[in-house]
Formats: sequence, C-alpha cells, structure tokens
Amino acid sequence: MKDLETGLFVFMLAAFLGFELIKRVSPLLHTPLMSLTNAISAIAVVGAILITGEEHASPFSRWLGFVAVVAATTNVVSGYLSTDRMLKMFKKDGRRK
Amino acid sequence: MNTAILEFLYLAAAAGFILALKWMSSPATARRGVFAGEIGMLLAVVGTLLRFEVVRYDWIFAAFLIGSAIGVPLAYLMPMTAVPQRTAVSHAFGALASALIGTAEFYRLTPDRFTAAALVLETLLGFLTFTASLMAFGKLQELLPTRPLVYKGQNIVNLGILGMAIVTGVALVISPEQLWLYPFFTLLALAFGILLIIPIGGADMPTVIALLNSYAGLSASAMGFALNNKLLIVAGALDGSSGLILAIIMCRAMNRSFTNVLFGAFGQLQTSASGPVVQKPYRSASPEEAAEILDGARSVIIVPGYGMAVAQAQHKVRELYDALTKRGVQVRFAIHPVAGRMPGHMNVLLAESNIPYDHLVEMDEINSEFLQSDVALIIGANDVVNPAARNDPSSPIAGMPILNADHSRTVMVIKRSMSPGFAGIDNELYYMNKTLMLFGDAKSFVAGIVKELGAVHA
Repeated sequence: MKDLETGLFVFMLAAFLGFELIKRVSPLLHTPLMSLTNAISAIAVVGAILITGEEHASPFSRWLGFVAVVAATTNVVSGYLSTDRMLKMFKKDGRRK
Repeated sequence: MNTAILEFLYLAAAAGFILALKWMSSPATARRGVFAGEIGMLLAVVGTLLRFEVVRYDWIFAAFLIGSAIGVPLAYLMPMTAVPQRTAVSHAFGALASALIGTAEFYRLTPDRFTAAALVLETLLGFLTFTASLMAFGKLQELLPTRPLVYKGQNIVNLGILGMAIVTGVALVISPEQLWLYPFFTLLALAFGILLIIPIGGADMPTVIALLNSYAGLSASAMGFALNNKLLIVAGALDGSSGLILAIIMCRAMNRSFTNVLFGAFGQLQTSASGPVVQKPYRSASPEEAAEILDGARSVIIVPGYGMAVAQAQHKVRELYDALTKRGVQVRFAIHPVAGRMPGHMNVLLAESNIPYDHLVEMDEINSEFLQSDVALIIGANDVVNPAARNDPSSPIAGMPILNADHSRTVMVIKRSMSPGFAGIDNELYYMNKTLMLFGDAKSFVAGIVKELGAVHA
C-alpha cells in the first residue's frame, strides 16, 4: 500500500509539473513538442528490457519482451531524431531586429 | 551493481525529461531540450541494463539493432508533410511496447490485485492506442478513406465494446488467475481502438493525435505503478499531461467540447442542414492581377492551411515571401491552431522552407492586425477563415475561433474550385466584394504570382 501512495504522489506532482511546463511551450513548437513527448513515452523500453533480459523468462514472455524492445527502440530513435530534424529548421530572421 | 546508484540514474533520467520539456518552451533552447531528453533516455536504458535481474543481453541488443534500423530511416526519410503520419506510427510502436510488456507481466506473475489493476489499465490503453494510432496513420496516409464513416448506433456499439473491455478488465483484477479472460480483454481493447477512429475525419486528426499521445503516456505511467518504478510514472505523467493539454487546445480552437472528442462522435452529421444551392456571384483573378495587387501592398498576411501541404506549395510560398520582402512589403503568416493535421503542423512546413519563425504568428496575436493589412492571402485554408463561425449561430462551426481574414482590405483565396471544404459548409468570405478567388493548384498559382512579380521588377 505504501508503494501505491508514493506512486500516486509522484504521479500527481509530475502531472501538474507537466501542465505548467507544456503551457509555456509556444504554439510554434507544438509539432516538435508532440514528437518529443512521443519519444519520452517510449520509456516503456525500461519495462521491456527487464522482461527480455530476465534469466528464467518463459519463451512467451521473452518474445513479447523482444518485440516490445524493438517497438520501443523504434519509437525512441525515430522520435528524437525527427524532433531534432524539425527543430534544426526553425531559424530566426537575421536581417532585421 | 549497487541498486542505490541505479536509482540515482533513474532520478537523473527523470530530471533530463523535465529539462527537455522546459527547454522546449522557446525555439532558441529547444534543441538543447532534445539533447536533455536523449541523455535522460540513455541514463534510463543504461540504468536498466545494469540491474542484476537483467542477464540476457543478446536478445536485447538484437532488438536495439532492429529498432534502430527501423527508426533511423523513419526519421530521416520522412518528408515534412508526413510528420503527422510518422507521429501516429511512432505512437503505435510505443503503445504496442507498453501493451506487450503488460501482457508478459500478467502471465508471468499472476499478480496481486493492485498490480493487476495497474496492468489492466496499462494494457487497455496500450492496445487501444496501438490500433487507434494505426488507424490514424491509415487515414493520414490516405490508405483509408479520410472522410468520417458514421452509421446509426455507432456510439452505442463503441461504448458497448469499451464497456465490455472494462468489465473483462475488472473481472481480471478481481480474479487475476482467470487467465482465459485475458485474450478476450486484449481483443476488445484492440477492437475499441479501431472503432474509435472510424467516425473521425481528417480535419479532426490534430485533436486525436494529441489524445493518443496522452494515452500512450498514461499507459507508461500505469506500467510504472505495476513495476513500482517512479521514472516510468514521471515520464508517463509528463507525456500524459502534455497530450491532454494539446488536445484541449485543439478542442478550444474548434469550439468542440472535450466529451465530444472522447466519445469520437464528431464528424459530418450536420452537413445535411445546408439549404438549397444558390449560385452566388464571386470575382476571380489571374496570377498577373494578383501579382499587381500584392506589388502595391504594404502589409500582407498569408493564411496557410492543409491545402498548402497537400499541394506541397510551401517552397513556392517561400519564394513569394522573398519576392515581396525584397520590395519592402511586410509579410507575416497567420497560423490557426488546427491548421494542418497535427498541432503546429504549418509552422514545421514553413520553417522547413526557411521562413524565419518570428514571421509565423499565432491566431490571438495576429487577429487584430488584419484590420491594418492590405492583403490577406489564403492558401488552402477554408473553415478557419469562415466568418460564419462568428456571424451565423446555426452554422456547424458557430463559435469556433477564426482568423479575421475578412477584416483585411483585400482578400485573395487560392483554391481549386468553389466546392465547400471539409466541414461541407459554404464560406461567405468567397462572395464578398473585396474577395478575389484565385482558382488553381496552390503550388503552380503561387509560382505564377512569383513569376509575374519578377517581371514587374525587371
């Protein structure tokens, strides 16, 4: 029960922090923002590694974990790379102030 | 290795994610934000690989390689017009990972009630986001019809399926050893994801993608509860709130209620309300005439819409921007929050064609500026400039915040024909005395204007 309580606490604080941070993001950057949070949601890779790397995992859960690592890695890699690719294009007008 | 140190790696990873979002607030620091996010993810992965439970590295590294082999081309080969599709696919991958892990955990542990509840939530959100994202991808890529498909009793069917999934889920929480229920639960969640997207049309995709983003995050957070891992809870919560805020912003920009979106009921139901078709007079103009007017203007506001993306006209628009700026015309872009197929889509396209971002102005800031502008040039946008939203309470888009293009001295609309836009609503803007319709493909028409402007100059 202790875990649940701490977990909910952490969840609540992080959710409020998320609201405050995202509210400040300029609409200009909403697409890269979504791409970035999409990459962050692939933190599921942590769970996937734990399942796949376990010593006595059944073949069933090893395979599920394997597919999950592949999917999450794809998500991480393409998410970060394309966010950066987009952000590189945003340039300020150098000619006038 | 010492577990306490690993916990600190997770803590640092969470800080990395928070900084990533913080630095996203401005284009000047945003790339640093991505870097912070990458470091965060790296720490999380290393911290997990070093844990004593993880002993089999061969499968993991093979999976890393395959995932990177798919992910790298996905990121670099994607054209910027396809960003919404890429994001949808990426959501599908993330959600699938989350759902599969939940499934594996469920079979591995025969979990206690609390863990079972977290796992059920994780897999429900994961599986439904997986199929819903794939459906969204299909619609965005136009592999599936982009028009909303609506039939009688749709909401009852959809809510019925969701209800059955929830009942099965609750049954699994009460008695986790009844594993035969699990495949049914999975199928119901997958089916609900598909049904959720069927009634949703292309123009509503910004909201839906944002919502799916939120679900994927919440699924990761639920996994955090199941595994008692605070990093997952934090990352998932950040992601969940981000998606939710964007979805709310999109809803507001369309004047739709949030429940309306959650039940997937929005779409085309009102279109039959339009009256008998009357041919009203309108004025049209050629590229030469348009170029002449633009040449004489001091201030021009360009309103881009999804049509610009479809016609791949953004690079020609950039040439127009250059030609006009060179003559001392002030050119700005008015960006409606729901223009395009995902939040902020237009900004990315225009930034790609090298238009400085300080000339991309959001709706609330630019709306008062239309009164002082000589020309509003509308490229592939329709409903977001329809004055009916302001004037006609019976219009399906009544109350939707719009760009006040009609306040500008002259309005020019580049459009293929007079056919109404996505919402099937006629646009009175097209029949105003000060409006010129420029018929043709956006890309070639803008190219035509640029050519004429060059001729005037020479």
